Amino acid sequence: MSSLRTDRGASSLGTPGPHQKNKPVLERPESTVLLSSIGLEKTYHKAKVAIPVLRGADFEVHEGEFLSIVGQSGSGKSTLLHLLATLDQPDAGEIYFEGNRIDCLPAASRDILRNRYFGMIFQFYHLLPELTTLENVLMPTMIQRGLFKYWFSKSRHRKRARQLLDMVGLSHRLKHRPRELSGGEMQRAAIARSLMSEPQILLADEPTGNLDQEAGQEIMAILRTLNQQRNLTIVMVTHDQQIARQTDRTVCLVEGRVEGS
Amino acid sequence: MYKWLLISRYLRTRYIALASIISVMLGVATLIVVNSVMAGFGQEMHNRLHGILSDVVISSYDLNGLPDAEKHKQEIRELLGDDVQGMTAIVQVPAMLNFQYDGQWHTFQVNLIGIDDASYAQVSDFSGYLLHPENQKQLDFLLREDGYAVGRENFPESGWKRRRARAEYEKVLREQQVLESSLLEPGEPSASEEPVPSIPDFGEGGGDSIPPPPFAGGENQSDLDDGVEFDPAVEQHTGIVLGISICSIRSRDADGEVRDYFLCAPGDDVQVTFPNSGRPPRAVSDSFTVVDLYESKMSEYDSSFAFVPLSRLQSLRGMIDQQRGVAHVSAIQIKLREGADLNRARDRLQARFPAMQYGYRIETWKDMQGPLLSAVQLETTILNILLFLIIAVAGFGILATFFMIVVEKTRDIGILKSLGAPSRGVMSIFVGYGLALGIVGAGIGTVLGLLFVENINHIADGIGWLTGREIFDPTVYYFQEIPVIISPLAVLLVAAGSVLIAVAASLLPARKAARLHPVEALRYE
Repeated sequence: MSSLRTDRGASSLGTPGPHQKNKPVLERPESTVLLSSIGLEKTYHKAKVAIPVLRGADFEVHEGEFLSIVGQSGSGKSTLLHLLATLDQPDAGEIYFEGNRIDCLPAASRDILRNRYFGMIFQFYHLLPELTTLENVLMPTMIQRGLFKYWFSKSRHRKRARQLLDMVGLSHRLKHRPRELSGGEMQRAAIARSLMSEPQILLADEPTGNLDQEAGQEIMAILRTLNQQRNLTIVMVTHDQQIARQTDRTVCLVEGRVEGS
Repeated sequence: MYKWLLISRYLRTRYIALASIISVMLGVATLIVVNSVMAGFGQEMHNRLHGILSDVVISSYDLNGLPDAEKHKQEIRELLGDDVQGMTAIVQVPAMLNFQYDGQWHTFQVNLIGIDDASYAQVSDFSGYLLHPENQKQLDFLLREDGYAVGRENFPESGWKRRRARAEYEKVLREQQVLESSLLEPGEPSASEEPVPSIPDFGEGGGDSIPPPPFAGGENQSDLDDGVEFDPAVEQHTGIVLGISICSIRSRDADGEVRDYFLCAPGDDVQVTFPNSGRPPRAVSDSFTVVDLYESKMSEYDSSFAFVPLSRLQSLRGMIDQQRGVAHVSAIQIKLREGADLNRARDRLQARFPAMQYGYRIETWKDMQGPLLSAVQLETTILNILLFLIIAVAGFGILATFFMIVVEKTRDIGILKSLGAPSRGVMSIFVGYGLALGIVGAGIGTVLGLLFVENINHIADGIGWLTGREIFDPTVYYFQEIPVIISPLAVLLVAAGSVLIAVAASLLPARKAARLHPVEALRYE
């Protein structure tokens, strides 16, 4: 069972960004494997009918890797990603992040993992409709910090959020609401939001699935840049083989098992 | 931080919440208005009752009263010490009052009270209820020249002016009657060329008919006292102060304005009949001159109280023991100093004058008006409970609205959880939202309620104009304006209670939101 602590001295999580100071980190052994799963099983129950989705998925993601998970609809791609992101818990099996088991962490620790170590983007962008683009990007920091703590360092956070939006080409859309953005712009805003906490790994669930080819390629270009220039580990679920080919490695899920890579 | 940001955005963008705000607002405003009006009525009634009754009253069960008021006063003063601010003795007896108006004798049952004009004003607000400014300073039971009810519209001419005019008219009328009777006898010289006197107006409603003289004429024993004929133009009988409703009728004129129609006024004479203190009691009658009117605006008192000098009433009733030089009184009214414990004083007096031994009734003014005060208190409490249910209904409205908002925001809840928001954070968003709705609703409701109370009389007039029916009828309530008292504590309690209900109503939906599974929430369509 892993433990969370705030001492970065013994950690090998890499160079901390400005927001990673005093960040609770997970102890991990010397390894290039950042995220892994062993024998993951997950069964959904609908109307008393058991629907097995994952049937023992073994899986490894190495640090700095851009990995895609492909498979047919219902093969368990998204379920696997949700389990890796600690949004859900497996029926059986284990998940390790930096060598520490995370699937059985208490809810509060999993919340911290999602907020500070994992970045997530979704097929339907999932921006909060009441907030502006800038506020959406600031949301992980707002969740992380209390009212006063955030307020006293507000200008620094806003500056960073603007930089991220500038990086994804949305510096002219800071005050716009999600409904005023195009699909590609919303996904770029979601990418900026996922980077706000300087995560160790970015988990992307069909990020191009709801976009046209051009917008999809723009998103892929951003992800590729993040991976190459910032050495950001990315795990992307997609059903599009063409998109998957642009990643470093592809694993295929067939009937709830990882078949090959 | 994210919680407050989302709460402020939800407040501004979710118009469905406006319904909750309006319901809380209306509930709070209604409660404040009703509380203020009830408090105003209660306080007004309190003041009037207390103003009339003094603090503690020792009265005798016997109509002939308790003996030797001075000795009793001395004992009371020794018992209660510095708590006593003033004391006065009264004689109270049921009586019949007669006066003539428009050719008709009118008879009323009254509560005749003999008061000491020097000390009675010290124990009650009696003086403040009199109509003549000089009598308000000090009543002496003497008729004033004029100047009654200054500034009051439609008040008839009163005082010596009225009395002299009436005496003159009466004199002429009598001479005319003598002349007419002499004409009926044969051989008498004709006097038909003498002018008929003009008829002065002695009262409201009497303009078209000849108002007959109100005097009892030769029937009054006092008119022929000492064998000297009583001249009403320059003399008065013993003074009497009448409750204003005894000698007036409050009604509306053709224009719908509230008016008092006076059947008699200061300057007129009345006859009063009451029992003496003999065995068996016999009726005693005497004439009195109305020297002022009494208007406490408590219809019960204004329509029954008539005040005469204590010594005169004691004398007429035979309550003075000539041999011992001791006079009986019906009651002793005691005014205590500000802040004195009325109940304690009453209990001490009851211990000193046990009912079994003395036959005295010793009560505080609150005891005497207990049923009325309790009824008003009960009415206020029930109204408060009923009206608070309005806010409770608003609470259920918030509950339903929040459940809808939670369903509507399911995906947002999933997003927040995917970004690492803890369940308690999600819950606090909705509880905070309820708190914000409560604060905004209660805040606006408080301001609206206070504005309503501040302008309640204009609003009542406006509603009366719209509906064609007066909301607050002065002929019924004896108030020219709706009395209101704003209690800051009551306003605070109402507002705080409403906010509490709004927060309580948001707890269940907030709990539901906190328990949503993030994956299911993200997949929610």
